[in-house]
Amino acid sequence: MTNQAWETLSNQAVAAAGVVYFLSLLSYLVQWASLRHVPGYVPVERTTSSRVAVGAGAPAAPQEPPAAEAPSYRAEMTGRLGLLLLALACALHLVSLVGRGMAADPNRVPWGNMYEFTLAGTFVVAAMFLLTRRRLGLAWAAPLVVAIVLTLLMVAVIWLYDPVAPLTEALNSYWLVIHVVSAIIATGTFTLGGLCSVLYLVKERRPDTRVGFLSRVPQPPALDRAAYRLHAFAFPVWTFAVLITGPIWAHQAWSSYWNWDPKEVWAFITWVVYAAYLHARATAGWRGRNAAYLALLGVATLWFNFIGINYFSTNTQHGYASISQPGVTPSGRLAK
Amino acid sequence: MTATLPEAHADAPEPPDRRTGELTARELGRWGWRQLTSMRTALVLLLLLALAAIPGSVIPQEGVDSLKTSRWQAQHPDLTPIYDRLGLFSVYDSAWFAAIYMLLMISLVGCIIPRLLVYWRALRAQPPAAPRHLSRLPVHVYYKTDEAPGEVLARAAAVLKERGYRLRVSTGSTAGESWVAAERGYLREAGNLLFHLAVVVVLMGFATGGLFGYKGGVIVPVGTGFTNNPTQYDDLDPGSLFDADAMEPFRFTLDRFDIDWIDSGPRQGMARGFNAHLTYYEDLDAPAKTYDLRVNHPLSIGGTQVFLIGHGYAPVITVRDGNGDLVYGGPTPFLPEDAGFRSFGVVKVPDARPQPIGLEGLFFPTYLEVNGDPVNVMGEAKNPTISMLAYTGDLGMDDGDGQSIYELDKSKLTQLKKADGSMFRVDLQPGMTVDLPNGAGTVTFEGVTEWTRLQISRTPGMHVTLGGVVLALIGLLLSLFIRPRRVWVRADVSEGGVTHVDVGGLDRSTAGDVEAEVSQVVAGLRQFDEQAHGPAQPGLAPEKENS
Ligand code: HEM
Repeated sequence: MTNQAWETLSNQAVAAAGVVYFLSLLSYLVQWASLRHVPGYVPVERTTSSRVAVGAGAPAAPQEPPAAEAPSYRAEMTGRLGLLLLALACALHLVSLVGRGMAADPNRVPWGNMYEFTLAGTFVVAAMFLLTRRRLGLAWAAPLVVAIVLTLLMVAVIWLYDPVAPLTEALNSYWLVIHVVSAIIATGTFTLGGLCSVLYLVKERRPDTRVGFLSRVPQPPALDRAAYRLHAFAFPVWTFAVLITGPIWAHQAWSSYWNWDPKEVWAFITWVVYAAYLHARATAGWRGRNAAYLALLGVATLWFNFIGINYFSTNTQHGYASISQPGVTPSGRLAK
Repeated sequence: MTATLPEAHADAPEPPDRRTGELTARELGRWGWRQLTSMRTALVLLLLLALAAIPGSVIPQEGVDSLKTSRWQAQHPDLTPIYDRLGLFSVYDSAWFAAIYMLLMISLVGCIIPRLLVYWRALRAQPPAAPRHLSRLPVHVYYKTDEAPGEVLARAAAVLKERGYRLRVSTGSTAGESWVAAERGYLREAGNLLFHLAVVVVLMGFATGGLFGYKGGVIVPVGTGFTNNPTQYDDLDPGSLFDADAMEPFRFTLDRFDIDWIDSGPRQGMARGFNAHLTYYEDLDAPAKTYDLRVNHPLSIGGTQVFLIGHGYAPVITVRDGNGDLVYGGPTPFLPEDAGFRSFGVVKVPDARPQPIGLEGLFFPTYLEVNGDPVNVMGEAKNPTISMLAYTGDLGMDDGDGQSIYELDKSKLTQLKKADGSMFRVDLQPGMTVDLPNGAGTVTFEGVTEWTRLQISRTPGMHVTLGGVVLALIGLLLSLFIRPRRVWVRADVSEGGVTHVDVGGLDRSTAGDVEAEVSQVVAGLRQFDEQAHGPAQPGLAPEKENS
């Protein structure tokens, strides 16, 4: 296949993935609507310690919300359909990423600019969700996740699109592959974790809601635990990305492993905020609600760094946003 | 969970004349120390650190981009003195930033040392005895069986041992005295301690680099050379304890510089494949070696590294003065202004007679005139052209305060005009010469070469920092993913000869998810008598309890 063909394939795959995500969202919404009134709803006991039955086939996932006694056929079918479509969309999404990488000459990893980074980041959100939905009892979050992925994907296609191009020289390093892939994984996972924290905060206020989406969301302790698990996974990955591979790459490309460049500063801020989150969870009086607020602060700094710094700050060397930069830039031109 | 030491002083005898509510200095000190080393303080300090890092990403920083900083300062004359006093132009070297992280470090050390001692004792201690009421634990399972308590406990010990637990068995004869206590996941705390210690190591490595290292930049035109000593740098940013005598005495010449210009596709006109061919000598009498210096592939000489970070054009310009003497010649680096490498440059000829000459203007790699306007088509030098204005007069080079070689101080200069008073420009292509008005001299554009901008730096302690971060990551992984758990199994015989078995579990990490673990332990215990008595209860019996 020619590069042009790969690029076309990638663009078509993105479009197709968008449509399928949308269909998936629709069927989740139908499911949601048919579950608006949860019949025979009994509030689960709301204790932090979860007593649980073991032995004869006790349910393995206590986080699962008390489903309707006899879930309507329609709800079940639409839920399954939604999941199937989501998986299909995710596969198309992957195809589009591979296409981007193959379209470049020389072939490269598909995260050389904002468009590609967003494409890859949203893929991680969707894939992480598919991988962890059972283990963390996140199945209920599907419509939210799909909505987020779809929105970000649309933003990427409409505002961030860039034709395939070779990487600028400084980005052309295998450290880039490792650095950016870990940053993307961490970003996607932190985002999912932040979602759990938002829901925790909402649900914590109205734990007994019987209608609508909220009634399907697990109880606050389970949400808190899911949020923690996601953050605990993402934090070391982020550490690896911004405090190990980032500096190694910066050292090779720009001669100093830590330069207090705005991008670095904000990556550090994000790291510190999440460290504070982990501390908060272990500190009496801070766990629970305050920890969740910190998690949200973390997500805010994370996305500000990715979007805000690229657009508002001119003094960053991380030139994802500017295509037209000379490959290497002269800096500090003052001669004394 | 706070990580402070147990209050050892709590029952110290009170001084007799003490009034209630009054703290002695010693107690105050202890109180302060306990506050400082508490988890809550660590949390607040972490948030403060994050907050304090923000201004440095908004306000230009001297250490990051000094040119940009001085421009900003020129534009904001009112704010500059205030910001300067607050250290806002070098946030990360400022006293208040240092105060926060030093407090954090003190808090950290003060927190770790007692925890190390506690951990050391815990490592050698046995698992704690079974609590009286296992049913009060977060996870508790209860079942009855015909097996004798001894059998149950022996199996429990075997099952738990296989699952990696450290055991403590009590086989008392009185009721409630036969149990197995088990604990695992000791590495979690070790990982946590390792992580926090490694943070200190990282900081020390980082500080070493900042204090003893240096970073400097220099523009080297093709065909010229560089010797590593402070006078040769265009800009040098040494650490406060940096010793210039410790600089490695290497030198090199830039023999050739290659670029690939992309001539099709969406990034047409972009350059890549930069390659600076160097010949270098590690010290005065070392043999010559060569190196192809590329982006992402620095040259290491001892502890010093040379990086390729920029490039541009250096038109070769010759100036003869009014007397016909050769007063200026050679490659003159011009600084790129845009992605197309339209570049700005200055020529200063203080020795020209009758008057010093100054030139200032643009270099176009590929010049084209469109409707009378000069346009630069691309970065590759296909039609190199210079277009400069000429001045004569005092160049202001003797004023003492170092002047940028890339800026012309025009305050005491007069712009040269044609005899008829119209605009005069030095518009030249390679090989061409122009006479300056008023017999001031001649300017020749000989041709064009390129320059590279090299960054040269020495960062001692870099490997300490890297090692520290890697250790921190290992510690973090242990600390986040090892689940410290305690499981207790208690077996008692009731009157009917039936054995009551209680299994309780406690997850000591914040993730708390011990149900699965306990259910597997129970499954292991009951592998033979599942049929006999039906499923186990999420047991509240025998001590009835509601919660
Ligand atoms: C530079 C400052 C610090 C950073 C970056 C930092 C970072 C972290 C991180 C990321 C964690 C979670 C991972 C883990 O459990 O190991 C953690 C946990 C912990 N930190 Fe820190 N910390 C700092 C200072 C401190 C200080 C000063 C204390 C003492 C009060 C402290 C006490 C603890 C404790 C007790 C835990 C375990 C929490 C738990 O049981 O989950 N840390 N720290």
